[in-house]
Amino acid sequence: MYDQATINVEFNVAPFSTSERRKRSKGDKRLLEIASFVKQTFEGAIQTSVYPRSQIDIYIHLLQHDGGTLETCINAATLALVDAGISMIDYVCACTAGFVDDTPVLDLNGVEESSIETPDLTVAILPRNGNIALLQMESKLHSSKLEEVMDLAVEGCKHIHKKLDQAVLAAANDLADKLSH
Amino acid sequence: MVVDIGPSNIETAFVLEALRKNVRVDGRGIYDYRTLRISCGPTPGLAEVQLGQTRVLARVSCEVTRPSPDRPTEGLVQFSSELSNLAAPNLDASSGGRVSAQEVAISRMVERVIRQSRAIDTEALCILAGVKVWTVRVDLHFLDHGGNLMDAAAAAAIVALRHFRRPDVTVQGEEAIIHDPRERNPVPLSIHHTPVCVSFAFLGALGELAVLDPSLLEEQAQAASFTVTLNAHKEICALNKAGGVPLSPEQIQRCTQVALTKADEISDAINAALKGSSSNK
Repeated sequence: MYDQATINVEFNVAPFSTSERRKRSKGDKRLLEIASFVKQTFEGAIQTSVYPRSQIDIYIHLLQHDGGTLETCINAATLALVDAGISMIDYVCACTAGFVDDTPVLDLNGVEESSIETPDLTVAILPRNGNIALLQMESKLHSSKLEEVMDLAVEGCKHIHKKLDQAVLAAANDLADKLSH
Repeated sequence: MVVDIGPSNIETAFVLEALRKNVRVDGRGIYDYRTLRISCGPTPGLAEVQLGQTRVLARVSCEVTRPSPDRPTEGLVQFSSELSNLAAPNLDASSGGRVSAQEVAISRMVERVIRQSRAIDTEALCILAGVKVWTVRVDLHFLDHGGNLMDAAAAAAIVALRHFRRPDVTVQGEEAIIHDPRERNPVPLSIHHTPVCVSFAFLGALGELAVLDPSLLEEQAQAASFTVTLNAHKEICALNKAGGVPLSPEQIQRCTQVALTKADEISDAINAALKGSSSNK
């Protein structure tokens, strides 16, 4: 593909990120899987045709683990790409949702995620048209409840979009102040 | 190393034009599966699934090991897969410990489908808590890549697991006696439900044309793909949409509805194959 940029994602988990120190090997399939999900998500969002014959590297490090790994990776990568000035069609905002005792809940933390009973749905959307760039779910959920949980996750993504937007504006204002002095 | 240059522009344009007229290149309906053939080998735990041109072989074996320290009362289930140039000339066998992204995607998906959805009862694999448990190993070999490896691999894995028999164990106090299969009939694994993967491909610039069970050509021409994993109780065990063109929530919902009926068909085929093989024994 000589008319597009390739995207390369590397995902590392710090050994001190969990309460028990655990060093993960480089070839750990879980890490490779998350890296490839992030890569595929951004392939649909970055305007790769603007940067032909180039490679865009995204390095992600997990410093503390408390659930929502994939959603945080995607949100962090979005901000980093915006900060780097890489052309994207839209923000990519991700959020998790699940079901605890018949109540749909938003943004599961570590305890909720590791519990067997809670299904864990991660959604990444492009907020402007609401299309889904990534959809992952593990563990069982009855098919009738899917719509509820998905709608909740999409709502959460829109919330995150506002926060990301605020952060980008704040950083831009900060930079503008510094440049004008 | 053979590089796969993919289908020509004319081939992809033909596939798209035909789909816009609701016709698939191999003559199937939009939501039709290819011929599914499941065979359970003579050895317990050996299963081969043939979905059109795609062929996947799964082999289940078990051994006694120490349990993982943070889960002393649960057995272990390990998956390994082999996606090499046996399946297609452009796929390299994972060399030097570096696995290709495609292999990771498929083997992780099968792992999640079976492990995260709690299809196997790992507590039933415990022999002596903290000391001895069964480690069940599932080896997947991709024999032929004809498109949609995911569904075939998941079906092969679950059929092999249901077909497998592990040696019987008697626990007397602190001692565990593992009976030879010739002395006592081996017992099946405790499997709660049968998860079935249903994959869709979305073609067209915006992914507006959806097809079920893509053939190799459709898969190479796809703009996005989506896999739903369901079981017979209408529960969704896993969802996977990663990469490609972003899809609208309505498309996802529609595909999930279609998948509900299709998963039943596959479940029936799996049950029939297992019943056939057990009556032959």
